[in-house]
Amino acid sequence: MKSRYSIFSLLRNALSYHEGWPEAWRSPEPKPSYDVVIVGGGGHGLATAYYLAKEHGITNVAVIERGWLGGGNTGRNTTIVRSNYLWDESAHLYEHSLKLWEGLTRELNYNVMFSQRGVMNLAHSQHDLRELGRRIAANRLNGVDSEFLTPRQVKQFCPIIDLREGGRYPVLGASLQRRGGTARHDAIAWGYARAADALGVDIIQECPVEGFRIEKGRVRAVETAKGTIEAGKVALAVAGHSSVLAELAGFRLPIVCHPLQALVSEPVKPVIDCVVMSNAVHAYISQSDKGDLVIGAGVDRYIGYSQGGGLPVTEETLAAICELFPLFRRMRMMRCWGGTVDTCPDASPIVSKTPVEGMYINGGWGTGGFKSTPGSGWVYAHTIAHDEPHPLNAAFKLDRFTTGYLIDEHGAAAVAH
Amino acid sequence: MLLIPCPYCGPREETEFSYGGEAHIERPKQPEALSDEAWADYLFMTSNTKGVFLERWVHSHGCRRWFNAARDTLTNEVLAVYEMGDTPPKLEKRTYV
Repeated sequence: MKSRYSIFSLLRNALSYHEGWPEAWRSPEPKPSYDVVIVGGGGHGLATAYYLAKEHGITNVAVIERGWLGGGNTGRNTTIVRSNYLWDESAHLYEHSLKLWEGLTRELNYNVMFSQRGVMNLAHSQHDLRELGRRIAANRLNGVDSEFLTPRQVKQFCPIIDLREGGRYPVLGASLQRRGGTARHDAIAWGYARAADALGVDIIQECPVEGFRIEKGRVRAVETAKGTIEAGKVALAVAGHSSVLAELAGFRLPIVCHPLQALVSEPVKPVIDCVVMSNAVHAYISQSDKGDLVIGAGVDRYIGYSQGGGLPVTEETLAAICELFPLFRRMRMMRCWGGTVDTCPDASPIVSKTPVEGMYINGGWGTGGFKSTPGSGWVYAHTIAHDEPHPLNAAFKLDRFTTGYLIDEHGAAAVAH
Repeated sequence: MLLIPCPYCGPREETEFSYGGEAHIERPKQPEALSDEAWADYLFMTSNTKGVFLERWVHSHGCRRWFNAARDTLTNEVLAVYEMGDTPPKLEKRTYV
């Protein structure tokens, strides 16, 4: 049993110069077989393992990860959390996730630094205004907090924004979700890993999957770099590599992967205390607790796994940021990187059974992956444990592309793809 | 940024081009006879290859002509370009874990 993190454990460890902290999770060698093998040690995979153990009592579980925990899209996003999606199915799923975020630090005994500082979406045109109005109304009908701000209220909420007449991107209004905000990206992976490990889940890093053993349409084992691991059920939570693993298992997905870039500036004193997003010009910005501005750019249009993107994309985003926030014009950018976002044609995820019996897929989250981490793990664990989806993710089936029941969230997904 | 060798204009910057997605997806010959699964496969399912990928580009701000390219989606090397309707060149398969 692990010791709890608290002010007392902090003081106790201070006496020994913080050299006596126990490891947050074990690093065991894989056992020959598990009830459930989860492929992918990002936030989604680790959350799934945690909820499998906690909600469904399934503890003979392994999470296998190619690299290190949270080294993929979990560690590469701009950490924005919100639930103001348009359609009922998405609003319910993301709202469930947001509610889990609200109690997560206490539940995991790990500070995920969830800060509900408010997420503001700007409207730059009459069309944007109407779309925002529609989305605000839909959100409120679904019990998701969302309100309209006039330009004057936008200026009050975020004083550094430039609303003088004649700007390249005039602001005609905005939507605001006050319960939205940001969280710490590493903490969500590490917190779930620590909590899942405490419940008996084996977390195995540096263990890439090389293939699956499938007999009579049912998955029996996972071939990995650390040997064959037999599995009652196999759950994929690999985001950008969903198509690659699906091909190994012999089925196809409607997912395409695009590079999506983000960048951070040099750290400065607190200057912006909310999240500002502009869907139309692909600029979103917030400030981390460390002081650096965290800026999200648009996608590169081509398929790419390079975890990096082209300079024209970031240039366009920074031009928009400088236009909306002229005081940032002399800021220097420290780092820029890319993630591999797995996007579906309708900009909604797939949390579903697959054509292979005993194999499940959780992917295609596109630009919605980070905010959905707790909710995604929660519904995925239910889907795996009961071999059927929870009502919250019933609509996010793989066969919706056959039936035509698409959930078009391009408007709310914030990044066009 | 990619440097894309347009088969008609030579190497040009990526910003001159628009992307056309996966190449060699043929429109069904008899759409009325197609099952829902076959429609879904035609409309939505993609190879999304990590490795050598055959794709279409159009030189929007140049000659405005379409062409095919073989590109490594991990390293972004453009390995070959060829005209629409041509058979793809023989290229070594690259597999990444």
